Amino acid sequence: MATLNLLEAVNKALESEMERDEKIVVFGEDAGFEGGVFRATAGLQKRFGEARVFDTPIAEAAIIGSAIGMAINGLKPVVEIQFSGFMFPGYNQIVTHMARYRNRTRGRYTLPMVVRMPYGGGVKALEHHSESLETLFAHIPGLKLVIPSTPYDAMGLLRSAMRDPDPVIFMEPKRIYRAFKQEVPDIEFSVPIGKAKIVKTGSDVTVVAWGAMVREVETAMKLLENDAISVELIDLRTIAPFDRETIIESVKKTSRLLVVHEAVQSFGPAAEIITVVNEKAFYYLAAAPRRLTGPDITVPLPKGEHYFMIEPSRIASEIKLLALMKA
Amino acid sequence: MLFNQYDPLKKKVFRILDAEGQIVDKTNEPNLPNDVLLKMYQTMVLGRTADLKAVQFQRQGRMLTYAPNHGQEAAQIGPMAAITNQDWLAISFRELNAMLYHGVTLEQLFLYWYGNERGSHYNEGVKVLPVNVPIGSQISHAAGIAYVSKIQKKDEVVIAYIGDGGTSHGEFHEGLNFGSVMNVPMVVIIQNNHYAISTPRSKATKAETLAQKAIGYGIPGIQVDGNDVLAMYVATREAVKRAKNGEGPSLIEAITYRMGPHTTSDNPKIYREDTEVATWEAKDPLKRFSQYLLNKSILTAETDQKYHEEANELVLSTFKNVEASGLESLEEIFEHTYAQMPPHLKEQYETLKNVFSKEAQ
Repeated sequence: MATLNLLEAVNKALESEMERDEKIVVFGEDAGFEGGVFRATAGLQKRFGEARVFDTPIAEAAIIGSAIGMAINGLKPVVEIQFSGFMFPGYNQIVTHMARYRNRTRGRYTLPMVVRMPYGGGVKALEHHSESLETLFAHIPGLKLVIPSTPYDAMGLLRSAMRDPDPVIFMEPKRIYRAFKQEVPDIEFSVPIGKAKIVKTGSDVTVVAWGAMVREVETAMKLLENDAISVELIDLRTIAPFDRETIIESVKKTSRLLVVHEAVQSFGPAAEIITVVNEKAFYYLAAAPRRLTGPDITVPLPKGEHYFMIEPSRIASEIKLLALMKA
Repeated sequence: MLFNQYDPLKKKVFRILDAEGQIVDKTNEPNLPNDVLLKMYQTMVLGRTADLKAVQFQRQGRMLTYAPNHGQEAAQIGPMAAITNQDWLAISFRELNAMLYHGVTLEQLFLYWYGNERGSHYNEGVKVLPVNVPIGSQISHAAGIAYVSKIQKKDEVVIAYIGDGGTSHGEFHEGLNFGSVMNVPMVVIIQNNHYAISTPRSKATKAETLAQKAIGYGIPGIQVDGNDVLAMYVATREAVKRAKNGEGPSLIEAITYRMGPHTTSDNPKIYREDTEVATWEAKDPLKRFSQYLLNKSILTAETDQKYHEEANELVLSTFKNVEASGLESLEEIFEHTYAQMPPHLKEQYETLKNVFSKEAQ
């Protein structure tokens, strides 16, 4: 057992997988020599050499585009976009090629590759460093989108992403990169893509969250300890394609649903999750499903960011409100 | 070396054959075997025939929107004769001749433009990337492929095509910059056909030539008469040699002309004069090459006639096949989105299957 934070788990997953599979190459802006601005790739260049771990020009389209070429020619690129807010020059490559190549060549060319990017707010960052852009990926056919909330899952999910036959977007909640440590087994393990995790079983309210929000919900649950409300917390882990079955089964049991995400509200992941629940479990519901999300505004700069972020007390209030609704 | 003698800043254009098919640069005339020269010419004839027919099929309502190549055959065939099956081709969307020469079948080409993705499933071992519609985005794919060639020491070079309009795009810059800084075996060929749909070259850049853009990337650039198949062959051969020597990318600007519309949906009469088109008609790449081959007695009038007839028959029979077998199944449009269909997609597929099987009844 090693005790690791989420960032270290990402680093170890990259290291162990590069050890196992020589087709893996890791690159991005400052991802080589320096080991990334967060140090997620620290030590990898020294260990695996400059051909497999390298710095690129500041050019996200070329980072994703060249990774596509490398995948076509037999490698497994795992690229780093420094912050998700900077992925837009590469978004053209992600949407018009990465997501479509298998389909548009009817399987002649496939792209086993991973695009990692830190995301999310709450770290008092500069402009374009705090967005949660899940929807922009989850909406695109052909993409998979994975977000871990713990060191264990970060390691297990990243390993699965690197072994997946299709391109995977791996968003890392940078706010909890170093927030806590967890014991992670030394043996090789993986966490499957497409499977949600029931963090805690409960019978009154289902709460779905992912990334940094999972911990916020857990804190909210502590605030509710004396309220006799039994919460079932689901960590979605894969946003696309998401584990519909686990959510539907949970809602059938609890009859109440709250979705919490940091991403802005309109057309966000909660809209899709709640729609699926309405379609598949409508008659089990005791109350209209609720969502607690970022408001539909540009993420404020640090002096206004606290208005935007979702505090555990607000999550607790939402849970209480839902629990009051009787079947 | 050749590139040094043709400084794009001095606007010197490399040419071997003049418009009448006469040799104007004896020292650089390549010494290609006759069968290769004939294969080049025959593919140009097939490409031209397929192209003109495709436009006709479109006008008859039998083909979708199509992007014609008429006039640009030499800019595509010359470079392909300079590479082998080991090498890669990353195209834009107006490279039918190059694709044919590098191993894509006519049936696949027609099937794609007929509106079927199966047309982009090329045969195993054919190292060609599919038609690339988002302008310029193929350059970084080429750079990525070539990066693998470099680090795995494969005997490969990647040729990437782009149009004059594409050079305005950020993707062109990022891709070429990446390939240059990584020093990968890549050759980028700009087919400067003078128009990005209706926008003339003069409105795309203030630079006097497109080849001079190479200077900013620290790589060689050259302007070549793109309607001269021999000059295109020789310039590419030189660039390929450099690439395989570990000297990195080169940029070739092929000066050519799109005789037809941008696509079958475009009307070029709106933005260019017939007199301009006529001057380029006189520089036709096929006429020029056939004259050269006839002069050298490599080609006879009879063989030329035979090539045209065979091409015509092949085009007609191939398109007939495509019309007979070019439809898609519902399963096909779903099953390649992921390696394995996720449950929600399966559900959507089943729903549509139900809809369409009811309609069929």
